[in-house]
Amino acid sequence: MNAGAASFPGVPGSASPGLWALAWRRLRRDRVGFVSLAIVLLFLALMAASGVGLIAADWSKEVGVSYAPPGFMGPGAADSSAAPSFAPDASPGSPIEETGIADPLAETLAEIRKELAGMSASEARAPTLAFGGDKWGRDVLKKAIKGTETSMLVGLVAAALAVFLGTVFGAYAGYYGGRADDFFNWIYSVFTSIPYLLLVLAIAAVLNQKGVLTVILILGLTGWTGTFRLVRAEYMRHKAREYVLAADAIGVSHAQRIFVHIFPNVSHVVLVQLSLHVVLFIKSEVILSFLGFGVGVDTVSWGSMLNESSSELLLGQWWQLAAATVAMAVLVTAFSLFTDALRDALDPRLK
Amino acid sequence: MLAYVVRRSWQFVPTLLGVVLLVFILFNWIGGDPAYLLAGKMPDPERIENIRRQLGVDRPYAVQLWIFIKQVATADFGVSWSTNESVSAIFATRLGPSLTVLVPMLVISTLMSMAAAMFVAYLRGSLTDRAIMIGCTVGQSISILVYILVFQYVLAYRFGWFPVQGWGSGFAENLFVYSALPVIVGVIVSLAPDTRLYRSFFLEEINQDYVRTARAKGMSETRVMWVHVLRNAAIPIVTNVMIQLPGLLAGAFLIERFFSIPGIGREVILAVERSDFPVIKAVTIYVAIATMVLNLVADLLYKAVDPRVQLK
Repeated sequence: MNAGAASFPGVPGSASPGLWALAWRRLRRDRVGFVSLAIVLLFLALMAASGVGLIAADWSKEVGVSYAPPGFMGPGAADSSAAPSFAPDASPGSPIEETGIADPLAETLAEIRKELAGMSASEARAPTLAFGGDKWGRDVLKKAIKGTETSMLVGLVAAALAVFLGTVFGAYAGYYGGRADDFFNWIYSVFTSIPYLLLVLAIAAVLNQKGVLTVILILGLTGWTGTFRLVRAEYMRHKAREYVLAADAIGVSHAQRIFVHIFPNVSHVVLVQLSLHVVLFIKSEVILSFLGFGVGVDTVSWGSMLNESSSELLLGQWWQLAAATVAMAVLVTAFSLFTDALRDALDPRLK
Repeated sequence: MLAYVVRRSWQFVPTLLGVVLLVFILFNWIGGDPAYLLAGKMPDPERIENIRRQLGVDRPYAVQLWIFIKQVATADFGVSWSTNESVSAIFATRLGPSLTVLVPMLVISTLMSMAAAMFVAYLRGSLTDRAIMIGCTVGQSISILVYILVFQYVLAYRFGWFPVQGWGSGFAENLFVYSALPVIVGVIVSLAPDTRLYRSFFLEEINQDYVRTARAKGMSETRVMWVHVLRNAAIPIVTNVMIQLPGLLAGAFLIERFFSIPGIGREVILAVERSDFPVIKAVTIYVAIATMVLNLVADLLYKAVDPRVQLK
């Protein structure tokens, strides 16, 4: 196995490229994977730019009329629904009327904002926006960029947390075995006997508070099980290998064997898991935010955009739905294809 | 066989205890004092004290835990905090609608994705295979929310082919009128991931020696695929469906919510929105038990259809 060989760069005559160099070479040959990597990097740049305020910093500014249609449709496109100058109470913001509980604050907040803005800026509002406007006349494109930032941030940080926990638990259980293994396996069986989304919802019900940090914690603390199982199996396989026995013989400590010697040889598993979980958590965050258990009302995410768009759709205003859907579909598709390519590149035995 | 079932059932006990402990820690410890939730917007101290005594939250954690374990053992989770309906009655009435949607959805989506998977596995490596696989990845990356929103809007609201939402009283009416669109959406959502997964099951079988032998004997491709490969690939598919089942019961909540189907999933969402802890606790425990039992059944089924499998 080349992973074992790659960690011995000092062996005489081993000018052969290491695991990562080989993987990079394979990845570069995979055209679909390479293009997806480029798209993912583009989204990361977008997230960073939006995070430091270079673009879309003024997303909450109400620049257009309420439900301003996209520019290419012309200003009259939304006439069939409510006249733009009226307050938008014709359509309650919550998509699910029969429960009547979906986020009562958003309404109030919106009304306040509306009144505030209506006094000063209602004259200067544009009749159309490049990709349309929402209920309060905010630019949907900027909202989508801001939503990309939120959703990606949640996905990346939560995935890092979950994979970190899974790796540490898995390394500990797999390396030491015995009691530690039994204990973590017990916790694993407990967590996996509850369906993932049910567990997430149960914790959301208990915490009963919204916010980016809450979502990250919920997803990160529940999502470690898959990584745990894989990393544990890898450590069990590796701990009896000669290089680990050799490390033991020269007196290397347990911690150093776990993290310095074995970890580089299982890190490809961890990397693929990280990539997989980003996709999973982005999807979960969208559902949580849609249901109103996710990010707060002052934050925009793809989930909250979809929530708003579910009532807009009935009025024929599809642009917010389209913006959130396209942004999410492009990123998640690219990330999934990149994950597949990464797995193929790092583990060529799997086809 | 019996010894295996008994041994596996014994292993349920520590796991179930763990689930009980996890739920207890979540709801009784992290969840804070439910009396403040229940007492409403204007809590007066006496009322809160009353509620606390009623719920038993003024007692030590050990006693509370014992009460909860007794609740689980007797399957009596008390009454819902928001509707005062008994939790067991909620389950009894919500299970039917859930199953009315889930069973047809599961059957149709399994059959369709099996057919699609067999087709692309047969054409493995070809342009069609790659195109369908990329199509599946794209289809998978669109949120389930978008599928529901768009299908409900276009097929029900615009074209009026189906009722937008709702639930009737008769079984046939529910199954053929109200369940139709939810089932279609559910099938379309699960088609992409299932096809990808089942394709890998088929590919595993296609590369086996017995397939080559069958071809060498001069069997037709149709017979090789439909008789030899299909029967063997069906084994992991069936167990996979079994394992998915409890997750689906709670996971179909988005579909149930959008289409106003009075099922378990919608009950979960409502309970989370209303902080109705008894209902969420009961759902979590029941679904965990269902997961464990169905995992055991899946293993037994595996053994039954594949005699080579050794149960340990």
